[in-house]
Amino acid sequence: MGLLALFRRTPSSANIARERLRIIVQQERSARGGPDYLPLLRRELLEVIRKYVNVDPAAVQVNVEREDGQEVLEFSVALPEKARAPGS
Amino acid sequence: MTEIIVVTSGKGGVGKTTTSASIACGLARRGKRVAVIDFDIGLRNLDLIMGCERRVVYDFVNVIQGECTLKQALIKDKRIESLYVLAASQTRDKDALSSEGVRKVLDDLTADGFDFIICDSPAGIEKGAHLAMYFADRAVVVVNPEVSSVRDSDRILGLLASKTQRAEQGNGGVKEHLLLTRYSPRRVATGEMMSVDDVKEILGLDVVGVVPESVDVLSASNAGVPVILNAESDASLAYEDAVARLLGETVPLRFVTEPKKGFFARIFGG
Repeated sequence: MGLLALFRRTPSSANIARERLRIIVQQERSARGGPDYLPLLRRELLEVIRKYVNVDPAAVQVNVEREDGQEVLEFSVALPEKARAPGS
Repeated sequence: MTEIIVVTSGKGGVGKTTTSASIACGLARRGKRVAVIDFDIGLRNLDLIMGCERRVVYDFVNVIQGECTLKQALIKDKRIESLYVLAASQTRDKDALSSEGVRKVLDDLTADGFDFIICDSPAGIEKGAHLAMYFADRAVVVVNPEVSSVRDSDRILGLLASKTQRAEQGNGGVKEHLLLTRYSPRRVATGEMMSVDDVKEILGLDVVGVVPESVDVLSASNAGVPVILNAESDASLAYEDAVARLLGETVPLRFVTEPKKGFFARIFGG
């Protein structure tokens, strides 16, 4: 790494790898142990939401929580700051 | 007390067999009685890495199928007194292993007073890998700092937490350790490779060892002498540290940062 590197502002490839892994590992962990339909459910929900709001794939979380013998399907979507329909 | 340790990874070619051989040697050199078992039926390689390929008469499958005794199949290491190798079969397929058969072999080794049984898992998540981890007390998950290896190892962590005897019995599960191999401090410093902390954080595991990328690993396998026995190699020292940590010692990590460069090297690169 020489002097020139100081002026470079692109994220390093290691950082990109770390961020990609963080997302995919979290997704795969949340699907683990849950019903088999979770990944598909997540994908279809994402498609529907994207018809209206341009959300990031990582912004949709589907989890199954177990509390006192009850299973709760938990579902959260982080909306982008400036939500708008794609193409509008 | 016998401890069963599975060396696993999901992805192939990350250093499972190199790690199994070195950890087994390291534990045996500290006076432990150790058996190291190759679970890669049909693609055996532990015998080559251990340098005992010409002394394999009977293998793991022969023992399971009652074609020989366990004693006949255990190959005594010529360098370290208390170390034994159980080779995989080269001719059968992975269906030759049965859960009951594996359990019997592990029980017999336990009854024979072995301190450690190291199970060298095949790549993948099929039967061989499943049986290698099923009876384990602890797991050494071998990972390269690279996306596919990290993701596959997380899949393995999921299986360790659900498809093992300890998980099924609910008695604390399998204790998992992260061992990074082919680590290049130079590439981490330049942002081309994920760091120990990155991988540790993504997987949420404690680090039992970091083995630097080293030319000595290839020469060790060429020679059939586990790399830990090459006292001059950084990889050997790193495996030695990992063995110490497995035995509960606290040892600081080495070989994770690049040696400091001089003033001119930093200005002009290099």
